[in-house]
Amino acid sequence: MSTIIGSEAPGGLVEGPGRGGWARPVIYAVLVTLALIWIVPILWAIATSLKPDAETTVAPVKWFGSKVTLEAYRAALDQGNILKWYFNSLITTTVITAGTILTTSMAAFAFSRMRFRGRDALMWMVLAGLIVPFQALIVPLFAEMDSFGLADTYWGIILPQLAAPIAVLVFKRGFDALPRELEESALVDGASMWHIYWHIWMPLSRATIAAVGIFTFVHAWNNFLWPFVVTSAGSLFTIPVGLATVQTSYGALYAQQMAIAILGALPLLIAFLLFQRQIVQGIANTGLKG
Amino acid sequence: MTSATQSLPRARPKEERTARRRSRDPRSSPIALVFTAPFFIVFVLFLFWPVISALRTSLFDESLVGGSSWTGLSNYTELLHDPDFWAAMWHTAFFTLLSVPPLVALPLVLALLVTRVRRMQWLFRLAFFAPFVLPVSVVVLIWNWLYQPGFGLINSYLTSLGFAEVNWLGQPGVAMISAVIVTLWWTFGFNFILYLAGLQEIPRELYEAAATDGATPGQQLRRITLPLLSSTVVLVTVLQIIASLKIFDQVYLLQLGGPGPENSTRPAIQYIYEAGFTQYRIGYASAMSFVFFLAVIAVTLICMRLIRRAGTKTVVTE
Repeated sequence: MSTIIGSEAPGGLVEGPGRGGWARPVIYAVLVTLALIWIVPILWAIATSLKPDAETTVAPVKWFGSKVTLEAYRAALDQGNILKWYFNSLITTTVITAGTILTTSMAAFAFSRMRFRGRDALMWMVLAGLIVPFQALIVPLFAEMDSFGLADTYWGIILPQLAAPIAVLVFKRGFDALPRELEESALVDGASMWHIYWHIWMPLSRATIAAVGIFTFVHAWNNFLWPFVVTSAGSLFTIPVGLATVQTSYGALYAQQMAIAILGALPLLIAFLLFQRQIVQGIANTGLKG
Repeated sequence: MTSATQSLPRARPKEERTARRRSRDPRSSPIALVFTAPFFIVFVLFLFWPVISALRTSLFDESLVGGSSWTGLSNYTELLHDPDFWAAMWHTAFFTLLSVPPLVALPLVLALLVTRVRRMQWLFRLAFFAPFVLPVSVVVLIWNWLYQPGFGLINSYLTSLGFAEVNWLGQPGVAMISAVIVTLWWTFGFNFILYLAGLQEIPRELYEAAATDGATPGQQLRRITLPLLSSTVVLVTVLQIIASLKIFDQVYLLQLGGPGPENSTRPAIQYIYEAGFTQYRIGYASAMSFVFFLAVIAVTLICMRLIRRAGTKTVVTE
């Protein structure tokens, strides 16, 4: 937790002797102030969620109510469908992550390790796919899913999110960096390409799998637009889509609104605290944006 | 005995087959297509085909509730004269213009400052990056609460400091800025981390050598850090432009699905969404999708040229 990238002052300026004595306290002051500003919205949401609902809409604001209560959480869990949303998010996100890792690493393996007709053309398609703005295609994509009978299904949420050309490039870069000699002896022994892919290259690519996996997971878990478009039944809502209905359906019950927001944020916040280093390094190495 | 002699002629071709298989490297066999097939089936069905489909459907007067007739280019002439479409395109461009400068500059300044302190680095990274892992609906729930008039935290502090209240979400001219502030808070950490990674790649010896030669921290910043960081700055700028052009989620949710005060915030994707899913005009929505698609691709290609000129290796979108 304490050593994420660059804990040893990356690119840190080196000061000459006797210089910059005044600079460091100023820098600390600026950083602490901004970090507080950044964290205040989350703290305020937590503080609100622990108040009795009647005490949230009073001016001037107070950080603490007359008592600390989990009443809002109980109410949110009781009447909300958040457990169902957790389940939907978990199942779709898990399948998307596993499916993306499998399909994109297989394609990347072929691009990195094999010669075949059409290789260049397919590689160009992957590169072209990088610049296609998925968000601009929701209407034709929905019409297509509807004609397949996949609107309002888990598969309707999952399948389009598997098309991640960037993951092919990340895996290809990882495979390209591995020494070719590793597969030669296996080839002499007559091993199949599947064997080489599954038993040699994939176990050696744990870091790449982790980077792609974490980012696909975060991206899919937080994806709002596509699940919002493709589902209309409340029973299929994921966390982001379900929480989007809270603002209108809960009205001015802000303690409950914040309680459910905290509950919705919790899984990834915990995952982030546990895997902070991997997440941050994954971003730094791949430039993958969620 | 007989069975052994019978098996002999069979054994020989089998040996020949394996010999041939060995001489023919499996790495150049058509099996490669099997490896690429799962990805490309998904890719063609869900990324490539929708583009073709948008172009084809845009030439029809098609409705999601049934009925379709050829109309040629009339959807395109309609969008040329649709002020709401161009307003939406402008809102997307305006959001991009407002959001890119702070999201490129502020994380850079903060990253430079964080690398100058020795203690609490992890705490700063935690604070600045944590919002990035929140789902957009959580972000909007929190900020909608912060932006409330009267008992909202921001307005409450403003009035106690003697300022007038701001109608953050309901006033034209302010509503879009409020969305930019939310976006800045939410996605700041991503660019911040990219800058930290870029800074980490600058060899420490350069600074040590410069310090020995008597260079001040200011000189080190101008002569070493900024020049060596320029490709990261270009990369962050390009990724941010492309991400900002796809604005929809937080603007749509902050305005509860509406067009914003006096139709001042509705971005392009929202207008396309409404044409498709509330008016069921698939043909018209497809025409607008295709125009927006081409606009984003054009900007992306220009940006990628800039990346190449700046000598950055990584080419990433989304």
